[in-house]
Amino acid sequence: MSVIYLLISISILVAIVFFIAFIRAVKKGQYDDDYTPSVRMLFDDELIQSKIEKPKEESSAILNLKS
Amino acid sequence: MDRQNCFHCGLDIIKAKEIIFDKKEFCCNGCKTVYEIFSLNDMTCYYDFEKSPGATPQDSNGKYDFLDNESIVSKLLEFQESSTAIISLNIPHIHCSSCIWILENLQRLQKGISISQVNFPEKKVRITYNPEAVSIKTIVLLLSSIGYEPYISLENYETGKSHIDRSLTYKLGVAFFCFGNIMLLSFPEYFEVKEYWLDQYRGFFRWLIFALSLPSFLYSASGYYVSAYKSIRSKMLNIDIPIALGIIVMFVRSTFDIVMDYGPGFFDSLTGLVFFMLLGKMFQIKTYSFLSFERDFKSYFPIAITKINTDTSEESVPVYDIQKGDRLLIRNQELIPVDGILISEKAEIDYSFVTGEAIPITKQSGDKVFAGGKQMGKVIEMEVLHSVSQSYLTQLWSNDVFQKKVEQKHKTITDNISRYFTPILLLIAFSGFGYWIFIDANIAFNVFTAVLIVACPCALALTAPFTFGNVLRILGKQKFYLKNALVIEQLAKVDTLVFDKTGTITTNKKSNISYEGNVLSDENLLLIKKVLRTSNHPLSRMLYDYLPVSILQNKSEKETPKLKVDAFEEITGKGIQAQIFNQKIQIGSAAFVEKIDDNSIQQTSVHIRINAVYYGKFIFNNQYREGLEVLFKRLSSKYQIKVLSGDNEGERFTLEKLLPKGTELIFNQKPEQKLEFIKNLQQQGNNVMMVGDGLNDAGALAQSNVGISISENVNVFSPACDAILDANEFQKLDYFLKLSKKSISTIKMSFTLSLLYNVVGLSFAITGNLLPLVAAIIMPLSTITIVSFVSVMSSYYARTLIPKGK
Repeated sequence: MSVIYLLISISILVAIVFFIAFIRAVKKGQYDDDYTPSVRMLFDDELIQSKIEKPKEESSAILNLKS
Repeated sequence: MDRQNCFHCGLDIIKAKEIIFDKKEFCCNGCKTVYEIFSLNDMTCYYDFEKSPGATPQDSNGKYDFLDNESIVSKLLEFQESSTAIISLNIPHIHCSSCIWILENLQRLQKGISISQVNFPEKKVRITYNPEAVSIKTIVLLLSSIGYEPYISLENYETGKSHIDRSLTYKLGVAFFCFGNIMLLSFPEYFEVKEYWLDQYRGFFRWLIFALSLPSFLYSASGYYVSAYKSIRSKMLNIDIPIALGIIVMFVRSTFDIVMDYGPGFFDSLTGLVFFMLLGKMFQIKTYSFLSFERDFKSYFPIAITKINTDTSEESVPVYDIQKGDRLLIRNQELIPVDGILISEKAEIDYSFVTGEAIPITKQSGDKVFAGGKQMGKVIEMEVLHSVSQSYLTQLWSNDVFQKKVEQKHKTITDNISRYFTPILLLIAFSGFGYWIFIDANIAFNVFTAVLIVACPCALALTAPFTFGNVLRILGKQKFYLKNALVIEQLAKVDTLVFDKTGTITTNKKSNISYEGNVLSDENLLLIKKVLRTSNHPLSRMLYDYLPVSILQNKSEKETPKLKVDAFEEITGKGIQAQIFNQKIQIGSAAFVEKIDDNSIQQTSVHIRINAVYYGKFIFNNQYREGLEVLFKRLSSKYQIKVLSGDNEGERFTLEKLLPKGTELIFNQKPEQKLEFIKNLQQQGNNVMMVGDGLNDAGALAQSNVGISISENVNVFSPACDAILDANEFQKLDYFLKLSKKSISTIKMSFTLSLLYNVVGLSFAITGNLLPLVAAIIMPLSTITIVSFVSVMSSYYARTLIPKGK
């Protein structure tokens, strides 16, 4: 049963690792602005999307003629 | 579709000015240009996140020339090295996800920018750029050209590294870590089963719990020890004394229990308590990071101004470097930073930041102009009379009120209760100890500690933070932003209300124009409107907007070509005259139309003369805020109301009619006199709430018990105060006052409840039966009931008190 020493020590160690991760996150300022990242994560590839759309609109007529 | 909205900014489009570009409608050229910039750079999905998110770019010609000055720029930067620089810019227009997107993609619009990051709650963008590739001026001009004009003021001049206090977050994190782990490890003890292996590892578990409780006890709770120590030194018994006492006794007793192998101790309750109390503290701090409650004139004043050197060259100089005798150049929409004498022929100065007055004042060459006004119209020149710190307005800030510590010694309701609570608690503890000592010394020690542990006013300490935190959020949703939770208590205590007149109970958005004199025919009105259109004078603009549109629309279509304005002449300080449709129209001051003004009261008015016949005058009255009469009627039954005004007595009669009887009206008050007036009221034992708006109220706002500033645009302008109220919610003021009173009574009810818990707990303690399990149940239970009770009650009051129709 002495394995319980090991198990509990491991569980505490894991908890401490997460705790340190938390402290580092706070220190880096991740908790200072809790709104913007929630919006930011929703856009990243919009720019590419619009790039594809744009030429389509303008050059679709030409493409049609060619094909 | 009759009404169309601009694709870029969402404003209604005036048909005549509509611009169609790329199959989309725009209200003006500015909006179209922004769209063009975005579409050229494949960034049109700016318009996908939010409908019409933009703002019309303002003309910024020459406005940012000061950014060429190296020494000024270096003061604004957060970080500077040869190839990297970081600047944080405040952009009031940030309001939606489109804004975030476009501002974070700035590097696509401008080379040299590497990263731009938006902080939405603070309405700031942090730009990292290469100063060798792009200058800060280019960046600022780019931002202005896409409708995101940064707000740079004198306040930015001393940007040190702003230190963010995150200690509460750390403490809360530590407390939660300890609390969670201890709870898990305590489970075997809760079900005290006499099992072999539980007994075997009991010591290990207990010492582990002890070790885990140390960070919580030593670090997380440290704020309570400091506060308790301070309050003992200043001989004011606050709530932190019994809390600190409870925590320490709990820790000592639990350690003792473990060492002597009496039991598992109360470490679970101890860490839980610390965690919940810190949580309450965190909840109470609701900050509105985009608002500032500590503003002084610095946030209004420009950082630099154009100086004209003796050799007529122009140069941007920091405002602090302006000296007496300097010649300054003030452009359209620029703020005059110092007192001086006008050199240019004429100036239209808008003092709405200072007095709240909507109508600009005309100054002529040789007139004194005071700091704080905004030039409207043409570029003017002026000579400096005083430096910034010695100007009429800024001198107000040298008053003692502004030197005082913000943290005024205010007894909170919790502190008031604890004044009685602490002695009674100690009395019970000692009498319990005294009783048991004759029976059993061991039990006596247990009882003594148990009383202090169980009576630790955790629930009591939680009541106020959770109630105020909740009310703070409710008020914030209604656009009434409080500086901190203390303001609610002070609001509840107020008995005298002092209002500023101009800009506070009147609105500076629109003027109420009335006409007096001979009736003007529709044709005449049309002619007047036509003439006014040519003029740029602010009064002409207002009158133009006021005159009914219908008369113009009916005829203008057909007759417009005929109605050409001829011989238009604008005579400075007098008025305008023009020849139109063979009629001579004169619009202007009384002297201009050769009318002897019999009106002894000063009024802003515009007189009309057509073909040498005097018709009458348009009078510009202050427009009182909607619902003012009803609000004052409701308030007058409970509060003393006074109205302070910097203006002359011209409005006395109107005000007396409008406001309930007994309202004291005081006119001709200078900023310092307003401050003194409040001080006098306070010396008579009144709790004064000041409601004001402009910089001239800043002294009175600081002196009063609660200073509320009314703001048409919460994001930009408001002097230092305790609370900021959105001008549109003005009529809800009595609701806010009522709610603050109700929140105090909620707290009182909850105090009774938590005292009941204490009585139950104490009866366990005093009889010597406080088991760790009982403590572990009672404490969280009381915490949870108290927290939910106050939240439900304050939300209930917020809903039932809300004025009807809203």
